[in-house]
Amino acid sequence: MSQLLDRDRLIRWAPLLVLVGLVILFALVNPAFLSQRNFARIAIAAAPALMVAIGVTFIIIMGSIDLSMEGTVGLTAVLFCFIFLATGGTLATGGWLAIPAILLVGALIGLVNGLIHVRLRIPSFMASLALGFVGTGAAVLLTGGNIVKIEDDTFRALLTWRIAGFPLMVYVVAVLTLLASFIQSYTTLGRNFYAVGGGEELAHASGLNVRRVRILGFVLAGVFYAVAGILQVAKLGQAESVSGANFMFISITSVVVGGVALWGGIGGVWNTVVGVLIVNVINNGMVVIGLPDYLQDGMLGLLVIVAVVLSTDRRSVSFVK
Amino acid sequence: MYQLRAVDKKFPGVHALKAVDFEIRRGEIVGLVGENGAGKSTLMKVIYGAYQPDAGTISVDGKSVRFQNPRQAMEKGIGMVFQEQSLIPNLTVMENIFLGYEQQFVRLGVINWQAMSSAARQQLAKVKLDIDPATVTSALSFAQRQLVELAKVLTLEERVDGDLVILLDEPTSVLAEDEVKMLFTIVRDLTKRASFIFVSHRMDEVMELSDRIYVMKDGAVVDVVAHGAATVGQIQHKMVGRSVDREYYREQRQKPYDAANVLLEMDGIALPGRIRDISLTLHAGEVLCLVGTEGAGREAILRTIYGMRTPVSGTLKIKGNVIRTFNPQAAVAAGVGYVPRERKVEGIVAGMTVYENMTLSQMGRYSRAGVLNVAAEKALARDWIARLSIKAHSEYADCGNLSGGNQQKVVLSKWRSGGSDIMLLDHPTRGLDIGAKEDVYEMIRDMSDDGVGVILVADTLEEAIGLSHSIIVLKDGTIQQRFDCKPGAKPTLYDLLHFMI
Repeated sequence: MSQLLDRDRLIRWAPLLVLVGLVILFALVNPAFLSQRNFARIAIAAAPALMVAIGVTFIIIMGSIDLSMEGTVGLTAVLFCFIFLATGGTLATGGWLAIPAILLVGALIGLVNGLIHVRLRIPSFMASLALGFVGTGAAVLLTGGNIVKIEDDTFRALLTWRIAGFPLMVYVVAVLTLLASFIQSYTTLGRNFYAVGGGEELAHASGLNVRRVRILGFVLAGVFYAVAGILQVAKLGQAESVSGANFMFISITSVVVGGVALWGGIGGVWNTVVGVLIVNVINNGMVVIGLPDYLQDGMLGLLVIVAVVLSTDRRSVSFVK
Repeated sequence: MYQLRAVDKKFPGVHALKAVDFEIRRGEIVGLVGENGAGKSTLMKVIYGAYQPDAGTISVDGKSVRFQNPRQAMEKGIGMVFQEQSLIPNLTVMENIFLGYEQQFVRLGVINWQAMSSAARQQLAKVKLDIDPATVTSALSFAQRQLVELAKVLTLEERVDGDLVILLDEPTSVLAEDEVKMLFTIVRDLTKRASFIFVSHRMDEVMELSDRIYVMKDGAVVDVVAHGAATVGQIQHKMVGRSVDREYYREQRQKPYDAANVLLEMDGIALPGRIRDISLTLHAGEVLCLVGTEGAGREAILRTIYGMRTPVSGTLKIKGNVIRTFNPQAAVAAGVGYVPRERKVEGIVAGMTVYENMTLSQMGRYSRAGVLNVAAEKALARDWIARLSIKAHSEYADCGNLSGGNQQKVVLSKWRSGGSDIMLLDHPTRGLDIGAKEDVYEMIRDMSDDGVGVILVADTLEEAIGLSHSIIVLKDGTIQQRFDCKPGAKPTLYDLLHFMI
């Protein structure tokens, strides 16, 4: 029994230990890794990815999967630029309107995603994958393949205005992460995600409206993707149809590496935070110690497999599909 | 030829087989009867190698054997035809028949389908089934699938030396009458190839087909009856003849229910399938027991009340209101609580804490604008942990780690704390040890005292009789008889069995 507990405890804390281990490793190879400037660099790279990863965390807790993030981030980023420019081109003169508008767009995309999945009974991975491509396509259609730029200093303050060395967007992400954690632990919706992921039959037999919970989950995820879209524009000062590229792999890798179980019910926002940091520390660390970047994706791929092997009690699963 | 001597099997809290002697001779059909929980299925699992006995010997043709798994038993000629059909529906008939034994048709890594097809045809001829072996299994009727299953087991004939023993577990439960007759003709015909062990709830069928009948009760063989040597009634007496301890079921705490306060009324309810013309009334403080064999419609009635199934005709009234939309949310709102049989699947969420499980069905009461009042949830959990003496280290304990009895207490407190006053209990004591069972009985009496109406599907007939104010006996989807169960004037097991089988 005590051995079992140790194993459980080890699995729970393993992601954090891995993160600390990685930081120590990279710091030993190149002390510059530990510099405040480098940490800020990691934080900026991680900020939009964390928003996407938190969004998909809620879906994975329910035992579903959402693959629409690349299309959603791309489309919301492009739309954000259009609305921002149309409403005056600066934050102060009405450009701020673009923010709530884009959050609403994110929610709508999530709603459509959820409705397709639940009402048409299409597996979530397929419904969301398809919708993601629709999103990317719509973004190409809107931009005609061009880049849309935003040059408003007030808006770019998200990146340029630094407090204690970290740009404003890092604090925004920190606050939103706290909000996500609150939703997870202190709202009926958050509890429902765990109930659906832990036992959908049971949630149904307890009188929960499982279909509604699922749809709301996708709506919530869509809002977080939209935040990532806005941050992506703030980071780069521009948007294009491929603004969301790479987020699918990075976010799902992060969630899994952080210890959220793919079959649902286990893990949460803080696992995802650790997972995103692990992935970004590896990306950054490999640059800092001078390894070629084509090795990075391979490393991350290996890491996902190791994380799943470590966190799964495969004895209890006789068949894997 | 196949013999068990003093075979014993224990599970935690249950002595499932008590020194069972069993033998089957060449070409014989042996019946196996007993109530649910009498040990039939454990005995069968020992016979076909799924369980290993704790004590006793198994011998085939006088030689002692020990099976580690069903595959080893099959190599000695012991095959099982499963009750829940074990054919893979999207494969063809021949692929199913030779599943796991395709190697004989493989040349250079390629399957010779023609050879497999003709071999399959040969097997199907044994059971007189004339179908194309390349038919996809899902296209067959239940009766045909049953025969394919039998043909699959009969492939043992070619693979093993010596005699075959084939177990038939409830083979007739999904068959129509003429199909049953056909199956019996085929089985009788096959006795020149194999011996059969026949397990069924339908007593008349067992009596008709078997050369000898083993009667089991409480994990022991109480009698072996030769064909024609006893009536159905005599065998039923042997199956259930045991004393009922009134203390055990808290009979002294049974008080008359409030006949003026009708909680629930079903009138002429029919469901898709066989269930029809169900009418019943549940009063405050009443324990109403539904009794019947597996598939008689007990669970379907509970699920209809809980809104998981929608009737095709008839009316359901809960506290005077006619129910029109059937879904669990509406049922919960009307005060219905449901304790399903599969505790692990539908009762508790493993991985969630005690307090999270308790408020799962009533989060609305513990939240404002979607934000949970976790402190109140925890207080509720602490209160019920103390009231029902739930053995959990705290309200933070993971429900998945609690014992079965304590899980059941969490499920019951989930509904009771939410104010449910119509409780549907499906096998609430299944898999619990005796102490935990008594706790559940105590809770049921407490609920009656509080004016809760309980509809119970009990684990055994004794439990049904001991706990209930009234009993409704179901058979094949219709109500056969209703009994009043006042303390001191309760029906006997035989009274009930008479209407069940």
